[in-house]
Amino acid sequence: MGGTYVVLIVGMLVADAAYMTEKTFDGITSEGRSILSAISHNPITTALADKRIQHSIWLSLISCTMSAVISVLVAIPMGYLISRHEFRGKRLLDAVLDIPIVLPPLVIGLSLLILFQFPPFRWIARDVVYQVPSVVLAQFSVACAFAVRTMKATFDHINPRCEDVAVTLGCSRAQAFGWVLLPEAERGILTAFTLAWARSLGEFGPLLIFSGATRMKTEVLSTSVFLEMNVGDIEAAVAVSFIMVMAAVVVLILTRMIGSDHHAIQ
Amino acid sequence: MIQIENLSVRAGDFRIQNVSLTVPSGKYGVLMGKTGSGKTTILETLLGLRSVSLGRIVLGDQDVTTMNPAVRGVGYVPQDGALFSSMTVRDHLDFALMIRKAPKSACQQRVEELADLLGIEHLLDRKPKGLSGGERQRVALGRALSFQPRVLCLDEPLSALDDDTRVRMCELLSDVQKKTGTTTLHVTHNRDEAERLADYLFRIEDGQILQVRPEPQSAV
Repeated sequence: MGGTYVVLIVGMLVADAAYMTEKTFDGITSEGRSILSAISHNPITTALADKRIQHSIWLSLISCTMSAVISVLVAIPMGYLISRHEFRGKRLLDAVLDIPIVLPPLVIGLSLLILFQFPPFRWIARDVVYQVPSVVLAQFSVACAFAVRTMKATFDHINPRCEDVAVTLGCSRAQAFGWVLLPEAERGILTAFTLAWARSLGEFGPLLIFSGATRMKTEVLSTSVFLEMNVGDIEAAVAVSFIMVMAAVVVLILTRMIGSDHHAIQ
Repeated sequence: MIQIENLSVRAGDFRIQNVSLTVPSGKYGVLMGKTGSGKTTILETLLGLRSVSLGRIVLGDQDVTTMNPAVRGVGYVPQDGALFSSMTVRDHLDFALMIRKAPKSACQQRVEELADLLGIEHLLDRKPKGLSGGERQRVALGRALSFQPRVLCLDEPLSALDDDTRVRMCELLSDVQKKTGTTTLHVTHNRDEAERLADYLFRIEDGQILQVRPEPQSAV
C-alpha cells in the first residue's frame, strides 16, 4: 500500500511534467519552430511573462513568508507552554489548536469573514477583508496550528534538564530559554517555518472566501490556478501548478540541506 | 558546608518529610538509596529547582532556602549530563562566566584550567554529539565547576558508564574534589561508587536519612 501511495505522488508530478512537455512540443510543431525554442517558448515561460502571474508569485512569496514568520513567532511560546507546563484548561487549549487542522478550509474563511463583522475586528475590516492583509491572516490561521504542533513536539524532545542546568549556572528562566532552549530547538523551528510556509502556499479555501480572487490584488498562486481553470486555460493552470511544485521542492531541499548541515556540525 | 535541616518537600504525590543531613566544608558526601527513594528530589531542592514545604537549607554560612537557583552558587551534574547540543565543549566551560560577564581573558584562562584538570583539552572545539559517556560527564563536571561554586551536586553521574570508565571517573571525581576543595553531595544507588568516594556516607530509607559513615557520634 505504501508503494502505491509513493507511485501516486510521483505519478501526479510526472503527469504534470508530461502534460507541459506535450503542450510545448505541440506549439513547436504547429508554429514550425526549432526544438531549442522549447526553452523560451513553453507554458511556464508564458505564464511567467504574464504580469498577473508575476504579481501572484510575488504576493505568494511575501504572504507565505510573512505568515510563516508570524506562525513561528506565535508557535514558539505556545508550543513551549503546552509542552513544559501543566495548567488548568490545557486540554481545552490543546483541542482548540486542532480546530484549524480539522475544520474544512472554506469554513475557516467564512468564519474569518463573519469574525470581521464584529468589533473590534469590524473597526479594521475595511483595511483587511478582501485586501492583502486578509491573505496573510487566512494563511496564518491554518499554518500556525501546524507550526504549534511542530514546536510542541520539538520541545517535548528536548531534555528539560538542560534548562535546569542553565538556571543553576546563573541564568534567569528567560536567559535559559533564549540561550539554551532556542538553539536546541533550531531544527524544530526550521521545520515549523517550512511547514507553515508550505501550508500557506497551498492555502486556497479560506482565501477565496476571506480575500476574494481579485487579479493583481489578492491573487496568489493557488488562486491563479483556480482563475485560469475558470477561464478554461488548463495549460496556464498546470504551468502555475508546476511553479508551485517547484517552489515547494526548493523550500524542502533547502530545509533538508540546512538541517543536514546543522546535523553534520553537531 | 551543606546543611539540610528538618526538610519537607512535596513532589506531586511523593513526599519527603523531616529529613536532615550535614556535609562539612570541603568534604565529599554521598547519599545512597534505592530508585524512587527521593534522593533526586532532595538534590533538586538543594539546587532550588523545587520549593521547600518546611525546614531550611544552609550552604556555607548562608540560608538559601528561598533563594533563586541562579544565585545559590551550586554546580550541578545531572545523570545524563544534559549537555547543550548546539554548543562546543569550550562554550560549555565558559557559559557560566559569560553569563556573569567575566572578561574574555578570565574565561579563556578558566577554560584552560578546567580542560587541563579534566583532561579534555582535545575536545574543546567539539560538540556533544559523538562524545563518549565518560567524556560527556567530564564536560558536564567542568561546566558545573566553571564558576567555582561553593557546593557541587552530582545526580547519579556515573550510572550510564561501563565499569572501567566508572572506576576512572571515580578517581577523577575524587581527585578533582581534593584539588578544588568544593563541598560535594553525590547521589547514587551504586554501593561500590559510594564506598570509593564518600567521606560522609548517608543512606535514605523509608523517607529517613541515616548517616552511615562516619558514625554520627564520631562525626566532626
